[in-house]
Amino acid sequence: MHDVLYFLQQLINGLTVGSAYALIAIGYTMVYGIIGMINFAHGEIYMIGAYISLIVITGLATLGSAWLPLVLLVALICAVIVSSSMGWAVERVAYRPVRGQHRLIPLISAIGMSIFLQNYVHLAQGSRNIGFPSLIQGGITMGAEDGFQTSISYMQITIFVVTLVCMTALSMFISKSRLGRACRAVSQDLKMSNLLGIDTNRIIAATFVIGAALAAVAGLLLGMYYGSIDPLFGFIAGLKAFTAAVLGGIGSIPGAMLGGLILGVAEAMTSGYLSGEYKDVVSFGLLILILLFRPTGLLGKPEVEKI
Amino acid sequence: MLTLENIHTHYGKIEALHGVSVEINEGEIVSLIGANGAGKTTLLMTVCGDPQASSGRVIFRGEDITHKSTSEIMRSGIAIVPEGRRVFSGLTVEENLHMGGFFQDKDTNRKTQDYVFDLFPRLKERRSQRAGTMSGGEQQMLAIGRALMTRPKMIILDEPSLGLAPIIIRQIFDIIGSLRDEGMTVFLVEQNAKQALKLADRGYVLETGRIRLQDTGANLLANEDVQKAYLGG
Repeated sequence: MHDVLYFLQQLINGLTVGSAYALIAIGYTMVYGIIGMINFAHGEIYMIGAYISLIVITGLATLGSAWLPLVLLVALICAVIVSSSMGWAVERVAYRPVRGQHRLIPLISAIGMSIFLQNYVHLAQGSRNIGFPSLIQGGITMGAEDGFQTSISYMQITIFVVTLVCMTALSMFISKSRLGRACRAVSQDLKMSNLLGIDTNRIIAATFVIGAALAAVAGLLLGMYYGSIDPLFGFIAGLKAFTAAVLGGIGSIPGAMLGGLILGVAEAMTSGYLSGEYKDVVSFGLLILILLFRPTGLLGKPEVEKI
Repeated sequence: MLTLENIHTHYGKIEALHGVSVEINEGEIVSLIGANGAGKTTLLMTVCGDPQASSGRVIFRGEDITHKSTSEIMRSGIAIVPEGRRVFSGLTVEENLHMGGFFQDKDTNRKTQDYVFDLFPRLKERRSQRAGTMSGGEQQMLAIGRALMTRPKMIILDEPSLGLAPIIIRQIFDIIGSLRDEGMTVFLVEQNAKQALKLADRGYVLETGRIRLQDTGANLLANEDVQKAYLGG
């Protein structure tokens, strides 16, 4: 019984972090799907989402507003708005002017953008860890009083539920809406979409904005879950989410979801059964293995050379 | 309807078109024939603004569109069925058609879609099938249907017969003829010179970036030089 409960606990922890990875991974995969490039400033967008949430939560607390759902909702909306604008700005500043150039050039300009954003937050908010109040407390506990207990916190449940809602909304949007259909068309054949009168620049900007909005949601959730943030908060999470996107098959949205969950569970199991210090070794080991043996990822399609 | 005036188009430093002038009147089929590499596709793409002409003017329905962006041009009443069809292979037939009707309202789209399904009953049968799983002929029908969904005043077709079986080619050419009979203006580029000229009201012969000949379709078919160069003697 102990073993089962212990395993279950790791699984819950893994799925929690994994679903947040998946939210960030979608931004990488959508942008890659449409322009074939990695947005290296995406981790910073997520970090800024976490900072904005914290600022709003602290601000509302000093104003004396205490009704929790409202505080969280306002924080979420502000984070989404600011991060989406950042995502839009990254595309405008770091990608659009150099699109059509050699692939390395947008890559470098995106890394530049990422360094700039990191250091901007360093200057504006200081480089130390800032505590993130854990607003959602309590949870459900299973197991014998004297033995090992599996617990799932309300925070974890919130992460699952919010992620599920976001994923469902995104899937509906992509498969059913007019703009979603245009996103798919542009990612399959940008030039042909342009030849149908579609302003492909706007569709590309839209994918940056959607990805950034989801990253902001993840920023709020993981900020609260981990309980502290710093300007490098986005760096590792960005790398992990990028790994998740590659694992699932970069360019594929269901792939990003799956990759995030697998990565989260793999990390939690490593922490639970081996040692927390091997966590990153396992996730990046996984990245190397997938690149060696299945470079298109679990759900990705082999790339067709376009003439 | 469409006037090209002394068009020069460059790819990088290489000039692909050396002063081409073409006139297309409302309601006619104009065929452009020429060998591989003569610049036929470049000419069509210059009309679409991708690449833009480096000198000369493109005038569509009285408006200078030479320096407009591709998406603006394609929203102004020109539709293209590009070389290689370029249907969105991961989208269903219906979704492909809706991409064509992206800027039309729902009502218009429903009507145009019914019209396209009347022209190509096969597309109706396959409406929820992914375009990539269809045969080349069906994809060509879809590419034409998608172009019609934009409700164009003029439709440009780039090598619609390429890689298709003769029976399908005949079908496609019949449809092109019936589009003209309904008042559509058609600009047709073909290597299949015989059929293209038979169908056309007028034709142009493009050789290495220059217009060599222009005449009615029937006269070009009868022309000795054209026969020798493009109709196999």
